[in-house]
Amino acid sequence: MSGHVSITLASERVNHSVAANNEIPRFFTPGEVVCDLHDFMRGHGTYVEDDKIKSSVAGVMQRVNKLICVHPLKSRYVGEIGDVVVGRVLEVQQKRWRIETNSRLDSILMLSAVNLPGGELRRRSAEDEMAMRQILEEGDLISAEVQSIYSDGSLALHTRSLKYGKLWQGVMVKVFPSLIARRKNHFHILPCGISVILGNNGFIWMGPQAQNLVSREKDDNLVSASENEDNYDCYKGLQTVTRSNREAIARLKNCIAALVASKMMLDVTTLIFAYEESFKYEEVKELLDPEAMLDVAFLTQHRLNTIMDE
Amino acid sequence: MAGMLLSNAERFYIWDGVEENFRSDGRSNKDYRPMELETDVVSSASGSARLRLANTDVLVCVKTEIDTPKSDKPGLGSIEFFVDCSANATPEFEGRGGEQLANRISNLLQRAYHSSQAFNLKQLCIFEGKQCWKLYVDILILECGGNLCDAVSLAVKAALFNTRIPFVKAALMDGGNIDLQLSDDPFDSKRLEVGTAPLLVTLCRMDEENIVDPTAEEETCIAVSIVVGVSGNPALYTSSEDTTPSDHKCTTISMSGNGGILPDAMKIVIAEGITAAKCLDEALGRTLLQERNRTNLQKKDSYGFLK
Repeated sequence: MSGHVSITLASERVNHSVAANNEIPRFFTPGEVVCDLHDFMRGHGTYVEDDKIKSSVAGVMQRVNKLICVHPLKSRYVGEIGDVVVGRVLEVQQKRWRIETNSRLDSILMLSAVNLPGGELRRRSAEDEMAMRQILEEGDLISAEVQSIYSDGSLALHTRSLKYGKLWQGVMVKVFPSLIARRKNHFHILPCGISVILGNNGFIWMGPQAQNLVSREKDDNLVSASENEDNYDCYKGLQTVTRSNREAIARLKNCIAALVASKMMLDVTTLIFAYEESFKYEEVKELLDPEAMLDVAFLTQHRLNTIMDE
Repeated sequence: MAGMLLSNAERFYIWDGVEENFRSDGRSNKDYRPMELETDVVSSASGSARLRLANTDVLVCVKTEIDTPKSDKPGLGSIEFFVDCSANATPEFEGRGGEQLANRISNLLQRAYHSSQAFNLKQLCIFEGKQCWKLYVDILILECGGNLCDAVSLAVKAALFNTRIPFVKAALMDGGNIDLQLSDDPFDSKRLEVGTAPLLVTLCRMDEENIVDPTAEEETCIAVSIVVGVSGNPALYTSSEDTTPSDHKCTTISMSGNGGILPDAMKIVIAEGITAAKCLDEALGRTLLQERNRTNLQKKDSYGFLK
């Protein structure tokens, strides 16, 4: 019955770095001189003072021909058109939802940018406007695509595809957006039967795969059921996640935490590798231990290196 | 923390997980997340500690001052708690936003430390009826990642364990006034006896289950949470054998949230709180002794927040 408590000393803190053989890149702090202005052009994350290019953010320098950029290590998400994002509904407004996507400004999802239940191509009537909360309400998680970027930098999203839309039971973890590797596909179904959405904005969604299918079919029933104002019962209709799925999700979540602690790029390959390596630890909660986290990240990095060598 | 949004489906996922005794990061209902502790982080304070529990970050400082004891308690010193919620933790704490939470925690601690069996104020007495030590415990909350009360109480106990009170070298009686001369040498000082100091355990009730150490997400799904203050066992905090172990006793109970709880369930909650506090107390005592043994041998490297 008694629980497990572990308190470690700061002097025994684990160093999460796995970059043993490949050297650590030069790190610039804000205000630090990057180079002279004469030979180079200044790019993002830099400014000019006293004929010198200085860094305006804390991060690593990247040079493309004569252009000098400094990429911040931690930053908010800077959206690009076509990005897959995971977001949370903050507010229901007139004809639109306000979505939190980890950007500097909240993103917008217009009512005209979602697929309404019942028909793909029909006019949006006043009733639809009244019933917006039945489609998405405050707190709901969605996956969406960046449709366009407004002049102030806020994002307009759309969910006009079957793969986007509301997310049901599962877990969302937040990581730095810079750690998500840009790939063609950000929707994955892992061999363990878990569907993962690696949002470009650093929000990662994990849920059971079958659940998504079930809930999608049930979608229309749910909307009609919620008209009875019996939300609880309508959600009760969702089947509970099986223990094996739950364990897989928890294991994946801890693997992501381990990879993030070691600042490793996340894509489906690293995730699967880390997941497989983590089975060295039988119990999922053992992965919360900092030493186990480092071990998993190290083994994953090792496997990536061997693949690169081949 | 309030203000965190969660969809209904996510709530169901968390509820089902608690029912299965398998939470979203693989912990059972009675497991704590790993913690990291460092004492003596603030050199200008008499004692300090910093505790990090996943995303919850707490810094505690103890300062001492000479005070005149209250006339009804001439032989006792006093201890005061002050909690400051940094706006770094969440934007909600900006201005007076964190005041309510801060008051709640400081009142909880004040009540938990009130009993003489929990914290012996006699050790703070210098001259009975004339002068005593007053401890100011300043708690700074730097980040909130759930389970604030437990983290704060652990850090407070660690900071008190780390506190040194200077010896009085000489006292000059001048009429009714006493002029104290304190030792300047920082090592010419005594440690406090904090073995019995209470720890707070937050138990969150979900359906029929009680969980400890809720994450911020889990805290939004709870109808009622009960904080139990449990006194510690002094035998865990000394390396010498002659300290008499004492039982873990409940010093305070507080309830928050909109929900209610049945009297029978309350008994179980308190019993579980005491069990959890026992585990926490053992782990904390072991870690603190380990750090003290190490610093006795060599000068301590400070880690702090950078690195």
